[in-house]
Amino acid sequence: MRRSKAALLLLRRPVQNHTEVTLSTQALPVQVQNISKIYGRTAAVRNVSLELEPRRFYVLRGENGAGKSTLMRIIAGLSEPTHGSVQIFGRNSREALARIGYMAHAPLVYDELSGIENLKFFAQLYGIVSEQPLFEALTRVGLDPALTRRVGQYSQGMRQRLSLARAFFHSPPLLLLDEPFSNVDPESAGHIAQLLAEMRSSGTTILLITHQLGLLSNIADEFLFLSAGQLVSRSPAPQVPA
Amino acid sequence: MSRSVLKLTAVNVAKDLRLEWRSRDVFNSMLFFAVLVVVIFSFSFEPTSEESRRIAGGLFWVAFLFSAVVALNQSWARELRNGVLDAYRVSPSPAESLFFGKCLGNFIFVAALECLMVPLFVIFYNLTSAGPVWQLLIVLLLGTWALVVIGTFFAAMSIRTRNRELMLPLLLLPLSIPAVVNMVKATSNVLTADSSAVPQIKFLAVYCLVFTTVCFVLFETVLNAE
Repeated sequence: MRRSKAALLLLRRPVQNHTEVTLSTQALPVQVQNISKIYGRTAAVRNVSLELEPRRFYVLRGENGAGKSTLMRIIAGLSEPTHGSVQIFGRNSREALARIGYMAHAPLVYDELSGIENLKFFAQLYGIVSEQPLFEALTRVGLDPALTRRVGQYSQGMRQRLSLARAFFHSPPLLLLDEPFSNVDPESAGHIAQLLAEMRSSGTTILLITHQLGLLSNIADEFLFLSAGQLVSRSPAPQVPA
Repeated sequence: MSRSVLKLTAVNVAKDLRLEWRSRDVFNSMLFFAVLVVVIFSFSFEPTSEESRRIAGGLFWVAFLFSAVVALNQSWARELRNGVLDAYRVSPSPAESLFFGKCLGNFIFVAALECLMVPLFVIFYNLTSAGPVWQLLIVLLLGTWALVVIGTFFAAMSIRTRNRELMLPLLLLPLSIPAVVNMVKATSNVLTADSSAVPQIKFLAVYCLVFTTVCFVLFETVLNAE
């Protein structure tokens, strides 16, 4: 909390452009202030305020329809909050897109392309020319980069792993993952959890939605609990029974 | 337009062409529809060569207008499948490059269809042009761009609606009427050589310019609308 206030104070100071870049890297990965998302008469998210510290692994929990995915979409910049504001590394979500990796329920890849072709296309959108990080990302999720089979012919688990590779190939400092373990066999899920732990250790902030808490019991730092659109509790990971 | 937008536009066009080459979703549906129109109308009445010149413009553009609607719906549907559009939206790539990429991709698909269909029209309706053929080419290029640019924009607008197949024609057809009327008139004028097609060509050029600019400016808002 003290850290976030310091970052805010720094951001409020009039600074020159070159300093701003440095400041934004010092700002918190995620600062959500009093956001609500209202669809017609239904509030999917209600007055949520949240700050995520760098290099930490957060698990967002809650029953179905609690607003977890909506909150994550707002943080990712895919949805505008009805009220409140979101800052990613001190900037609004749309300005910080290059620093976010996002994985959704859907795989977010083209069925007609192979795994590496998909990553090459998305890499161009991020201005990445080298193929090395793409091969590395595929290898890290346990997919063969040389596999020419189209994604339409992949199993659900392979799609999920490709989707994860698409989310982190550009080494974003903030990773938002919406149920990365669904449709994945237990062995692969364990492998993914280990991979995420390595990423957290190398400096990535991770916010993850899952119902499979057992996989993360020794990896996650903090559990956030969302109920009926409200953030009802935050607790260190070991204190919440799986 | 910045260099990065142009480069990313090319990336998007290349991706769309590759996807289409592998699936042939868009082209097959367009081709089937256009051939159906040509064949059914040619069996329905047997016009003389003179009559053909007068009605061909209308038939030609009706076939391409509805074929373009099919293509536009399909090209955006592919971005919705697996939620790929969200992957684009969370990338730092500018929305304009996606818009121009889609426009150019759709333009290539419709233009390719026209290349196949024009000879069919000539054969089925016994057509010969009494006016300058180069004007016909300009009408084809401008008319196709006019349909594609507003069609791509409105298809993006209707993409998240439940009845998007119905919504696109509802949005597109009223706004495309001025362009379609001038395309038909220009085509008939060139084929019959009754009067000059230049005023209609000028109108189409202005229409393309205005709508390309408006759609370009508004596209990001449409893309991020919920």
